[in-house]
Amino acid sequence: MKMKREIILVSLAAALVALVFAKMGIAFGLRMLVEISCFTIIALGLTIQWGYAGLFNAGIMGFIALSGFTSMLVSYPVNEKFWQSGYAGDLASVFAWLFVGIAVIWGINKLPVLRERQKLRRLLLLITIAVTYLSFMQNLAPVTSGIEKSAGFIGGFGLPVWMGWVAGGIIAGILAWFVGHICLGLRSDYLAIATLGIAEIIKALLKNADWLTRGTLTVSPLPWPVPTPGEIGFVASRAMYLAITAVLIGIIFWLLQRAYSAPWGRMIRAIRDNELSSAAMGKDVNGRRLEVFIIGSILMGVGGAALVTFNSIFDPSGFLPLHHTFLIWVMVILGGAGNNLGTLIGTVIVYIVWVMSEPATLAVFDAIKYLGLEWFDWQAPNDFDSRALQMRVFIIGLTITLVLRFAPNGLLPEKIRKH
Amino acid sequence: MNELIFFFNKVIISGAAIGSIYAMGAIGVTLIFSILRFAHFAHGDMMTMGAFFAFALTAMFPTAGQFIGLPTGFVMMPFAMALTAVIAVLLDKTFYQPLRKNNVAPVVMVMASIGVTLMLQGLIRLFGGVEARHFFFAERKDIFRLELPFEAASRKIVITEPQILLFIFTLVSVFTLHYILTRTKLGKAMRAVSDNPDLAKVSGINTQKVIIFTWLIAGSLAAAAGTLLSLDVSLKPDLSFNLLLPIFAAAIVGGVGHPYGAVVGGFVVGFAETLSIFNWAIFLRPFKDSLPDWYELPAKLSLVPTEYKITVPFFILVVILVWRPTGLFKGKVL
Repeated sequence: MKMKREIILVSLAAALVALVFAKMGIAFGLRMLVEISCFTIIALGLTIQWGYAGLFNAGIMGFIALSGFTSMLVSYPVNEKFWQSGYAGDLASVFAWLFVGIAVIWGINKLPVLRERQKLRRLLLLITIAVTYLSFMQNLAPVTSGIEKSAGFIGGFGLPVWMGWVAGGIIAGILAWFVGHICLGLRSDYLAIATLGIAEIIKALLKNADWLTRGTLTVSPLPWPVPTPGEIGFVASRAMYLAITAVLIGIIFWLLQRAYSAPWGRMIRAIRDNELSSAAMGKDVNGRRLEVFIIGSILMGVGGAALVTFNSIFDPSGFLPLHHTFLIWVMVILGGAGNNLGTLIGTVIVYIVWVMSEPATLAVFDAIKYLGLEWFDWQAPNDFDSRALQMRVFIIGLTITLVLRFAPNGLLPEKIRKH
Repeated sequence: MNELIFFFNKVIISGAAIGSIYAMGAIGVTLIFSILRFAHFAHGDMMTMGAFFAFALTAMFPTAGQFIGLPTGFVMMPFAMALTAVIAVLLDKTFYQPLRKNNVAPVVMVMASIGVTLMLQGLIRLFGGVEARHFFFAERKDIFRLELPFEAASRKIVITEPQILLFIFTLVSVFTLHYILTRTKLGKAMRAVSDNPDLAKVSGINTQKVIIFTWLIAGSLAAAAGTLLSLDVSLKPDLSFNLLLPIFAAAIVGGVGHPYGAVVGGFVVGFAETLSIFNWAIFLRPFKDSLPDWYELPAKLSLVPTEYKITVPFFILVVILVWRPTGLFKGKVL
């Protein structure tokens, strides 16, 4: 009985994909499949955070943006102008001083002599933090504006793309460590607030740091791990890209399935379902949660890097909470949190519906516009089309609330095995 | 002297204005947090929704304010507050109450509130567009320039009419809230539910009524805050998350479940924002000649560049969560 449901859903997803291929052509279909595969990696990251451990990450966008940026920095071709301009040395010295400051702060924090004198320690810490921060900001400003004037931006390191993806995953993991360290001891609401905030901050930083990201000017074209469409044509190059992401998904999927049924996965679920009793059994609740949060964020980082690389453009203003956080939420909770196959199917279905909803919404609102003019002599506002697309925001919100109410376990619920 | 007045205009007045807005939002968030036990993410959009109601009413009756001598938007605000309060209760009935009945985990409520956020956002932008709008089309925004009776002060203190109304309204609403919470039966019941919902229920308190009342207060204050903010600056439909973070920070700084704490937290966050983006070089300029030679006075010397203003509430939030998760006034940690 259970298998039947899975077969139906898999064939539904396959039918949707086939329909897209038939209607829109192979090149478009492949592009969508690649995007789906990138979103799948991100969604798998979310499904272990939310489905395995019950952690609420409301700032997926931040992790995607940060890892996309890291991957861009690592793999973008070297900007010779910047390295020859002498600002490279200045920038290095600014950051070297920052690290000196951080080392001093760390040292004061750890100094055994000061352990006894809390007040003195706190005062010294405050002073060093203030001095470090202020001098860093003061020294950075002229260097960055110099870079912007002379070289545009610092460019990348010109390393292979896969290194960029790995680096993106690592940076996302480090960010998760910081956030998790602060919030995981408290209730999940605080984690949601903090991740939401950090996502907005990362976006603001990337958008305004022109010397790093060219800000609104955007960076493109990003190098691909496979030959670009310009060299071997759209279909072949997208197919090769898809092969890479598909292999990635395969590996991640297999590892996650293993982890789920392993003692580790059992422990994680025990913590999720009854925190108190697992703590009483001697499980390190916060430590395990931090682990899951970091692993999930690493997956989000890798998926985000792959997504940004595929789009071939790094545009900090292009990261939207709706598209890069809540859409992924819908994929996971609709597909079935904690069920990897469910997440996969959910991603396929939701993404296809999402992509197709744009022309559909426009068509519906065009009809409204026409009828309004015909029947009531109602003049539609100029920005009617851009407003019409906001209808999709409403639909996403409605889907979240309806799924939570009527199908809280999603299309493919997590299978509870009894031993 | 002029520098001090500049400081007063830029930091004290603007900080108090934005602080009042945050305070009114944070009161609602903290009440919902303590009585319904979840972080209400849709609060920012509830504020925008209230402002839009006020805007729509103002557009319908653009001259209504002239009879009383107040901005039309302010005159229309009570209606917008009532509308928003009713909608808040309806939203609770349709989206949150069924989940509460199912006894879901609190974090599912948070998710549902994000769903509601998106729905409100979509509807607001569908009907209102995304561009900023100004409330004053039939009248002028009154700006008062107060001269100071000192020789040295040629600069004037600048305060706008919406700001004065905002301060008065905040004071009145805080005192009213204080009266409600401490003197009326319903307010006492609210505090009881917030302290211990089970005990309150078995001692015969009508929890349903308390919840409805909470939404009425939160909704009307949200609408007022949104309207007053957009009267002072402009009505921006895309504020939601940028407004939400400082409000949560304010509620947590004050201690969850403490309406007065939320007010204090709102002003703490508001002043922290204006202080950190203030250009401190202004104060050093008069002493330019006595500064050491090696120190070149920069044109801009602020703690945080203006475009990174959103980091300030986040930083406060992080500090308070690390250092004292109960907030300044020993609130709850849920």
